[in-house]
Amino acid sequence: MAKYILSILVTALLSFVSGLYLPWWGIAIAAFLVSAAIPQKPGFSFLSGFLGVFLLWEVLAWWIDNKNNGILSQKIAVLIPLGGSTVLLIVITSLVGALVAGSAALAGCYARRLVYPQPVPEEAI
Amino acid sequence: MKFVPLLVSISLTVLLIVVFNTRFGLAPAFGQFLSPQHGFWQNAEAVDKDFNQDLRLPGLKDPAEIYLDDRLVPHVFAANEIDAFYIQGYLHARFRLWQMEFQTYAAGGRISELVGPRATSYDREKRRLGMVYSAEKTVAEMEKDPETKAQLDAYTAGVNEYINHLTESELPLEYKLLGYQPELWTNLKTALLMKYMSLDLSGAEDDFEFTKIRTALGYAAFEKMFPLAPDSLDPIVPVDTIERHPTIIVKAPANSDSVYLQKKDTTTVSSSAGKPDKDNGSNNWAVSGIKTKSGSPILCNDPHLGLHLPSLWYEMQISCPSFNGYGVTLPGAPGIVIGFNDSCAYGLTNSMRDVRDYYEIRFRDDSRKEYMYNGQWVPTEFRYEHILRKDTTEYIDTVAYTVFGPVMFDKSFSGNRNTNEKYYAVRWKGNDASNEMRAFYGLLHARNYEDYRHAIQWLHTPGQNVIFACKNGDIAITAQGEFPAKWRRQGDFIMPGTDSSYQWQATIPQPENPYMYNPERGFVSSANQYPVNPLTYPYYLGGEHLMERGMTINRYLSQPTEFGIEDMMKMQTDTYNPFAASARPLLLKYIDSASLDDGARKYYDLLREWDLHYEADGKGASIFQICWDSLRRIVWQDEMDKAGLPGFYPYNITLLEGLLRDSAYEFADNIETPEKESVKQDINEAFKEAVKTCLTLDQEGNLTWGKLKSTRIEHLARLVPFSRMDIDNSGGVYAINSMKKDHGPSWRMIVQLTKNTEAYGIYPGGQSGNPGSPYYDNFIDNWANGKYYPLWMMAKEEEGDKRVKAIIRLTQ
Repeated sequence: MAKYILSILVTALLSFVSGLYLPWWGIAIAAFLVSAAIPQKPGFSFLSGFLGVFLLWEVLAWWIDNKNNGILSQKIAVLIPLGGSTVLLIVITSLVGALVAGSAALAGCYARRLVYPQPVPEEAI
Repeated sequence: MKFVPLLVSISLTVLLIVVFNTRFGLAPAFGQFLSPQHGFWQNAEAVDKDFNQDLRLPGLKDPAEIYLDDRLVPHVFAANEIDAFYIQGYLHARFRLWQMEFQTYAAGGRISELVGPRATSYDREKRRLGMVYSAEKTVAEMEKDPETKAQLDAYTAGVNEYINHLTESELPLEYKLLGYQPELWTNLKTALLMKYMSLDLSGAEDDFEFTKIRTALGYAAFEKMFPLAPDSLDPIVPVDTIERHPTIIVKAPANSDSVYLQKKDTTTVSSSAGKPDKDNGSNNWAVSGIKTKSGSPILCNDPHLGLHLPSLWYEMQISCPSFNGYGVTLPGAPGIVIGFNDSCAYGLTNSMRDVRDYYEIRFRDDSRKEYMYNGQWVPTEFRYEHILRKDTTEYIDTVAYTVFGPVMFDKSFSGNRNTNEKYYAVRWKGNDASNEMRAFYGLLHARNYEDYRHAIQWLHTPGQNVIFACKNGDIAITAQGEFPAKWRRQGDFIMPGTDSSYQWQATIPQPENPYMYNPERGFVSSANQYPVNPLTYPYYLGGEHLMERGMTINRYLSQPTEFGIEDMMKMQTDTYNPFAASARPLLLKYIDSASLDDGARKYYDLLREWDLHYEADGKGASIFQICWDSLRRIVWQDEMDKAGLPGFYPYNITLLEGLLRDSAYEFADNIETPEKESVKQDINEAFKEAVKTCLTLDQEGNLTWGKLKSTRIEHLARLVPFSRMDIDNSGGVYAINSMKKDHGPSWRMIVQLTKNTEAYGIYPGGQSGNPGSPYYDNFIDNWANGKYYPLWMMAKEEEGDKRVKAIIRLTQ
């Protein structure tokens, strides 16, 4: 459980840093690296990548929106169109990032297993 | 086998990235667009954003300061002129980059690059009119002048300083949405923007429509439908004050009656598409100190233009040792277009002169390589217009240039869906090389009347009524422009293009442009009416000139009162409809009120009791408008159908004066019926129809004037959420406050030239071009309600004033 939470947090942190220097898809690299570094089962890897970026983007979008008094999100939520729902817009924003990061994390997990063949994990018995 | 899950998950990741990184149709690439660190969220500007900044701009010669006030108007203090224009370029780019570049795409026929082949026809029209050709000529002309070149180069460098350091996240929202990147700015782009303004302000003509009407109904009928001047005239320069010794005698060709005026032409082009709004008008007036409370002159100006977001105007103060100016600037061009400096104020209205004519060209054969001119086959010059189109192949338009100008319409392009077998070259004043930048540069520096007169001679196209007032008490107005000296009706119809006899013979000499300097009546004004009496001016004026607003303004200004700033505000927002004042008695006289049922009676009474003002919450203005529109259609539709021009009508003033003059007005008869309809029948029929329309609108709750007019300010790319729809405000086309659906006072300015200038102004928009900024449209509500902001000509010592919201300190 500790590893799982750690993965989520490190993914979020590394994704944020990647966003400062790389295009938007830097989150895939971040999630891949974290999941390759911190061994977890594939399902948990996916979830930690997914949730790491989901939470990051959720918080960032919400923070920006709050500072902006929703001026722009309300307009974009009509343009896209989401019936003007800012909440839905923030959720969709986070989902897009989360899907990419989740699947990259999954790839990271399998990549690790290729390099370090899995011992039979004791916890699993 | 171990590779399989890895390959699958990597493929999935790559697939997702590719999908979210791809644009489908007009939808943005969602990964990029939604990413909070890259996409649109980055354009959501914090409402309490701190604009204070220390900024290095390597192109500067000396340090400088920008003070942003509470409305985000920059007050620039530079150590020299070159730095001032460099900073202006930087600020325009920082706050309005997308808009200024998009407008150059529209001007230069490059919209296809953004939206694909559906804009091909739009782009071809701009190219064929010669927009790029003339912008290139204009750049060459401007760069010949060392001062203009230095100004342009500094401005361009300032824009590019911003573009070069633009990060992905800072990219203006529209680039992210439409999926393209800004190009570097060039002096050519500034020239294109100026041609865009020329097109909007000097493109008014109805040559094809007039040709069709003349052919279908005869020249005699045409003269009655489009008389040279209305009965009532109140020109900018009253008839008796102008001396006239024409130095040029223009003569119509000897054969003009048979081969021109009476000609039966078979043109199938029904309109030179893409014409500007007919009501691109404006008001300006200046009142001398003898008529003001303060004893100093007051100058007012409100240019009426198509209203868009981001706004056409960007407000700023620019201060450097050689000038200190305040006013509205055009993002994309250096200088101040309408404003004031420490000595004087200046403003513009459109001249409405017809400076665009068409000639029918005879080519030797379909290759268009030679055309007949003065009895000889003359070689054509070709210009190849490469129109790049998104998602498909480029379109190369081969445009033939003749001695008259580019061949705009031919077999391959008719401007609309009709097929056309003929060749029409366009002669447009906007295609001539000129350096208008120099005029605005001169006005910015002007200290007195002589400086003003000297500066405006550089203003060739679009022709403008330039108004002026000075702290020394002078007021003046000039109907300025480089206008062709035309003979009567020259260019109203398509002209023969096989020889030189129908070409423009000369240009009206500058001193013969009507002007007025410190007149006895104590004021000067213009509102797009005739500059002088068209029947006595030695050159044909042409064009449509609305008289009504000018008459209202002159009536108010003639009152023996002493005017203050409050009075000027009241005038600029005045909603009195002088046209209805003349037309309503006519309607009421003929409507058979005894036979009306209760429903109709209600609207009849509302019309009768209406106070003649376009008030947002009243119904009178709507009922009058609906009734008049019905009448206009009933009277003219038969003639216009015959001419093949449904929906096109003679000017309202012509119909009104015709009906007032003659109770047996000949056009009242419907030529499609055997009966002879009378004026009375037409008016009663119109009222009956109007009642039906009113009933429906009333039931929907849409009969009040504000709702019927439904003013809107659309985003330049017509994105509805970035637009302001349904602005429920007062005003209408015949009022000084000339408000229409998408058109109206684009800037209201009042400047009182007391020792310390006292100025007020407002425009319908906001200083930021970013739809995600609170400063995007924050002036609109106050504008709609007729309110003003004080315009603060800041002094450098006032740095600590509480109006200063932020300071941007600039170093090299």
